Amino acid sequence: MELVTPEIGLVFWTSVSFFILFIILAKFAWKPIMGAISERERSIEDALLKAEAAKDEMARLTNENDTLLKQARAERDLILKEAKTLKDQIIAEAKETAQKEGARQIELARIEINNQKTIAMADVRNQVATLSLEIAEKVLHKQFEDQSKQDALVAELLKEVKL
Amino acid sequence: MYFSHVLKSKKIALSLILGVFLTFCTCKTFAIQPEHAAETEQPAHGEHAAEGEHEEAFNPSEVILEHIADSHSIHLWGTTSIALPVVLYTDKGLEVFSSANFEHGHKDFGGKYYTYRLVKDKVAIVEGADSLLPAATLLSLNKKLIDISITRNVVSMWMSMLIIFIIFLSVSSAYKKRQGKAPKGLQSFIEPIIMFVRDDIARPNIGYKYERFMPLLLTVFFFIWVNNLIGLVPFFPGGANLTGNIAVTFVLSLITLLVVNLNGNKYYWKHIFAPDVPVWLYPIMWPVELVGIISKPFALMIRLFANITAGHIIVLSLISLIFVFKAASVAFVSVPFVVFMDVLELLVAALQAFIFTLLTALFIGTAIEEHHH
Repeated sequence: MELVTPEIGLVFWTSVSFFILFIILAKFAWKPIMGAISERERSIEDALLKAEAAKDEMARLTNENDTLLKQARAERDLILKEAKTLKDQIIAEAKETAQKEGARQIELARIEINNQKTIAMADVRNQVATLSLEIAEKVLHKQFEDQSKQDALVAELLKEVKL
Repeated sequence: MYFSHVLKSKKIALSLILGVFLTFCTCKTFAIQPEHAAETEQPAHGEHAAEGEHEEAFNPSEVILEHIADSHSIHLWGTTSIALPVVLYTDKGLEVFSSANFEHGHKDFGGKYYTYRLVKDKVAIVEGADSLLPAATLLSLNKKLIDISITRNVVSMWMSMLIIFIIFLSVSSAYKKRQGKAPKGLQSFIEPIIMFVRDDIARPNIGYKYERFMPLLLTVFFFIWVNNLIGLVPFFPGGANLTGNIAVTFVLSLITLLVVNLNGNKYYWKHIFAPDVPVWLYPIMWPVELVGIISKPFALMIRLFANITAGHIIVLSLISLIFVFKAASVAFVSVPFVVFMDVLELLVAALQAFIFTLLTALFIGTAIEEHHH
């Protein structure tokens, strides 16, 4: 019976001591410890979430990079193709222009040549005429140095003239 | 081959040892009885007989009860002991004196107001030649003498509190110093236990409101555990049987009772005062429910007290066997059993702290549970 009879003294001291223990531990031990533990748990969870997010972001970026690369490549091809077309076009145009220009030049040259030829021919004709006249003059001069011949010719001409 | 296999089995080896031990015991008692008879018949024969006459007959139950119960002095070794202060709250006023004045109950002490005597390590007032008034207990209240002495259990409790303060304040400062870092040293030993209390005791039983009750649960858990462990130490810093004392378990379970009922919500009280039964049954239900309120913490009180006290009694009984048989050879058998019991008690120390905390959490959980129906 002694064993199961609570003594008031021990009940009193246990109550007082436990109360003090509880107050001190609650204030100086449990509060900071639980706070630190839950804080750390939260930060770990945060870090994990962030890592997950970073992984997703990374995957997204890689994806985006791939798409960008593909796009860039396609664009480059397009640009190259366009450039080539343009180049061909330019060359073709240049050729055409050159041809046209050449033809025009040739035409001009021909016209010029013709002109020059005509002028030259006219000139030559003039000179030939002058020359022929000079020659004829000289021949005539020579032929008619002799008076008799002049008379003979006049006579003959007169014969021809029928009045 | 078959037999050697059987002998290798640990269980069988253990039960064999126990069997041998028990037969040894019975043989010994049979052998001792006639010896004793012979000794008492023919005294004064040699040294041995003389010793037997001088020494009081060894009474194991007395020794065990003395060790289990509280005391006004701390026994160190031999006849050396520390006398503890006696604090008495009498109807005439407060009295404080050293328990050394009693000389272990051999002498009465005349205080300021009364003359006191130590009977079975408990203070009583000497009222007449043979009439004593024992100090008040919770079962026999009187206002004349209330003993609030600093007893062995109180000293032991204060030492345990000191240990708890040292451990947890240093752990707490470690948390402040190493904020956000992994635990280290003592901190990494304590943290899993705290996490265990939180994740396996508080959260599943109380629910999302567990945080409010964590300080109480942790304090109760570590208080019981540390004191259980200190109780296992047989010499000075230990030696007390604090958690095996009904007064201590009474206070602890009273705290549970108060916390549970002060936090009980309307569903809890509705369940007690207006349960889903016909109204004419209420007069029957109320006493039943009130008994339920009391019996839950009462079971906690008895469980912790009985478990720890039983462990101490078994260990002391095994040791007492050596003195009952007056044969040192018994030690070869009883000491291994004591070691076995001590190891078991280590488990029980943690287990009882766990169970007390778990049930407290469970009771709190049922009191604050929200009903949705």
